[in-house]
Amino acid sequence: MPIYKAPLRDMRFVLYELHGGEAMTELPGFEDFGRDLVEPVLDEAAKLCEQVLFPLNRSGDEEGCTLANGVVSTPKGFKEAYDRFRDGGWTSISCDPAWGGQGFPNVVSTLVEEMICSANLSFGMYPGLSHGAYNALARHGTEALKEKWLPKLVAGEWAGTMCLTEPHCGTDLGLIRTRAEPKDDGSWAVTGTKIFISAGDHDLTDNILHLVLARTPGAPKGIKGISLFLVPKYAVGDDGAVGGPNGVTCGSIEHKMGIKASSTCVMNFDGATGWLIGERHKGMRAMFTMMNTARLGVAIQGLGIAEVSYQNAVAYARDRIQGRSLSGTKAPDKAADPILVHPDVRRMLLTQRAYTEGCRALAAGIARELDVSQRHPDPKVRQAAEDYVALMTPIAKAMMTDLGSEVANLGVQVYGGHGFIREWGQEQYVRDARITQIYEGTNGVQALDLVGRKMPADAGRALRRFFHPVQAFIEAKVEDERLGVFVQPLAKAFVRLQQATAQVARAGLARPDEAGAAATDYLKLFGLTALAHQWARMAEVAYARLDADGPDTFYEAKIATARFFMDRLLPESSARFSAVMAGGRSIMEFPDDAF
Amino acid sequence: MKILVPVKRVVDYNVKIRVKPDGSGVDLANVKMSMNPFDEIAVEEAIRLKEKGVATEIVVVSIGPAQAAETLRTALAMGADRGLLVKVEGAVEPLAVAKILKGVVEAEKPGLVILGKQAIDDDCAQTGQMLAALTGYAQGTFASKIAVEGETLAVTREVDGGLQSVVLTLPAIVTTDLRLNEPRYASLPNIMKAKKKPIAESVAADWGVDPAPRLEVLTTREPPVRKAGVKVASVADLVSKLKNEAGVI
Ligand SMILES: Cc1cc2nc3c(=O)[nH]c(=O)nc-3n(C[C@H](O)[C@H](O)[C@H](O)COP(=O)(O)OP(=O)(O)OC[C@H]3O[C@@H](n4cnc5c(N)ncnc54)[C@H](O)[C@@H]3O)c2cc1C
Repeated sequence: MPIYKAPLRDMRFVLYELHGGEAMTELPGFEDFGRDLVEPVLDEAAKLCEQVLFPLNRSGDEEGCTLANGVVSTPKGFKEAYDRFRDGGWTSISCDPAWGGQGFPNVVSTLVEEMICSANLSFGMYPGLSHGAYNALARHGTEALKEKWLPKLVAGEWAGTMCLTEPHCGTDLGLIRTRAEPKDDGSWAVTGTKIFISAGDHDLTDNILHLVLARTPGAPKGIKGISLFLVPKYAVGDDGAVGGPNGVTCGSIEHKMGIKASSTCVMNFDGATGWLIGERHKGMRAMFTMMNTARLGVAIQGLGIAEVSYQNAVAYARDRIQGRSLSGTKAPDKAADPILVHPDVRRMLLTQRAYTEGCRALAAGIARELDVSQRHPDPKVRQAAEDYVALMTPIAKAMMTDLGSEVANLGVQVYGGHGFIREWGQEQYVRDARITQIYEGTNGVQALDLVGRKMPADAGRALRRFFHPVQAFIEAKVEDERLGVFVQPLAKAFVRLQQATAQVARAGLARPDEAGAAATDYLKLFGLTALAHQWARMAEVAYARLDADGPDTFYEAKIATARFFMDRLLPESSARFSAVMAGGRSIMEFPDDAF
Repeated sequence: MKILVPVKRVVDYNVKIRVKPDGSGVDLANVKMSMNPFDEIAVEEAIRLKEKGVATEIVVVSIGPAQAAETLRTALAMGADRGLLVKVEGAVEPLAVAKILKGVVEAEKPGLVILGKQAIDDDCAQTGQMLAALTGYAQGTFASKIAVEGETLAVTREVDGGLQSVVLTLPAIVTTDLRLNEPRYASLPNIMKAKKKPIAESVAADWGVDPAPRLEVLTTREPPVRKAGVKVASVADLVSKLKNEAGVI
């Protein structure tokens, strides 16, 4: 039986000891969110995730969603769990109080999201997609639209979706064919087919609000002619009562590798009534403002899977006895030693741990900057934070989901053959994690976003939001007796990142294919450097706590994990650096016919 | 009717507790603490009575360290109305708690006091009974069902032989058993509201009670490790082992 316990100790460490979460209350609107409120909220979220969502993870995977007579049913227990989740107010945790939300900081809701993803990634898709729809509507919808649709969406009585993908267009949304024709009353008739729509149909809520990208008559070709529409599953009267069908149907559901309890639907829109969100032809812009948060959300999915996989792998490695330690018997009373003693098993567990805790630290830091970008009174500070978030979002999305998969795979490996067997629960994490590298923009596309958009924007202004603080940290700490061993490898990776950045910028200007060919390796080099920065800082905090309060295994383990990261994981940055510097010739000069 | 619910801060039931190396007690450093699960059931029952319109106010009281305020907040987040924190450092024994509670009962005049049947840290199962003796109120312990009927309270008790029904005259004292109810999860809005609900602080001396322990703990030990079992080949084998080796039949 798989296990999951929310890593509350580490979450408190990241929030309050590493990122100074107490200062959160200084941001306007966050006055109430002191530690005395945030900690009980995390405790309660942990309880709900461990006791209500987690027990449905494996059964949901086995049963999957079903489509019968045009109606999608979620697996047994999901509806009841969703009711508890909604009644607890969790759908609205970070939503605007003006619409009935709880107004929590992103940095807190991010930790709650991680718990949901660890406990039951498929379940988390339903409120997750609703939240994406909420963000787009809250930022770009007219007051009338917001008043009509937002309160129920925030309350979780209605759910939401994001309808972008069509059979012939995934990454390249300029190819969209779904049409919207104006109607006399100012609404639109939306017609077309969308595929792969997560939570497109289900039995958890009374209504579903689809946010649909479509083309209006005479719109410019390509991406500049796309508009965003709100299209409900059922019409809703002025009194708020849910009425009849609105020409939106689920044609079929996909049979897929993972997240089987999340419905993935073909959605047919047949003259369905919709309303424009934002300006005409500016649909992509409306989509993009919510995309940053959605991409961070997917990064958190990778993290959530990594955490739960690690927890199970550790428990198994303590329990499973096999072979004797190379350095002499460790468990003489048993027929063999626990596999935890074997160097290679320890390598796997520490890899899982160092990536998971590193990603948690990085993600919380980004979420905190997101809060600053939305709340800080000083526009300059807001802009700086926004630049940082924009820069780090593709890095977090791609790296954290790649690592989520890698960590889940290591989890299977620790279990040996039992990892491959369904009833142990480990292989599900591999299958569930896999999609996170693909949707919400494939990881390849994230890398392109980094080198093609974020890097050159405003003459590299965003890059400085990462480079300057890291540089300052290195200069301040490199001579430190204890921290030197962490800061020196960081400094080495950092220099390489700067060289690689110059190379990608230079080569990319001359030949865009060069930037494209370097993108994925460059992103990983960037991500590893960012993790090294977090690990060096975590070691610093841990030492300070040990100095102040005396021995504590938590901080000792932090420092030991930081050392492992620097010794055994950060060296990958050298390989990535070499790959970037080698240039794209070997990739681009290979003849197409020879593939 | 006002309901008083005493709640205790204890080691979380999920924590694998460790005995301190010197045997002086259980290691509480960096250990997760929560509300005693039986007390959660007591709070839940009080809230249900309030939702039914039977109770008008729920007062929760905790006797313990300053951090017991967090336990009170948990109860307030579930739906209790206000809290009383009686600060006491170190171990508190049931009798001292019962004496303080007697003072609280006299001051608050609740129609019903609902306590957990025992706290999962020391497992004493005494406080409710002692409080009943001190106040002279009727008691219905180990309750798996309660119903207020006018001036009386019907209590179904879990006893060794099965269930026992008693009818108490109010005001009365009830201690909860596991099957009484399943406590709710606190909702996010209620956790936020709880922050604004009042908690009045006092110390044991304010209630005229000296909480110093009367019992001396000589030593604390881990329970003996369970030895691995053996598989027996047949029923006859089992019977012979029970007879000759275990000596139980
Ligand atoms: C389970 C699941 C749930 C989903 N949920 C939703 C949803 O809720 N809403 C929604 O709208 N969509 C959803 N999708 C769709 C998902 O976002 C797309 O599958 C994804 O964007 C990729 O599009 P595609 O599958 O068409 O692949 P393609 O775009 O065909 O890409 C194929 C490969 O080519 C690469 N590639 C494509 N273009 C470029 C380029 N310009 N440069 C470099 N490489 C490129 C990609 O990285 C990828 O490796 C979901 C998909 C799945 C499987």
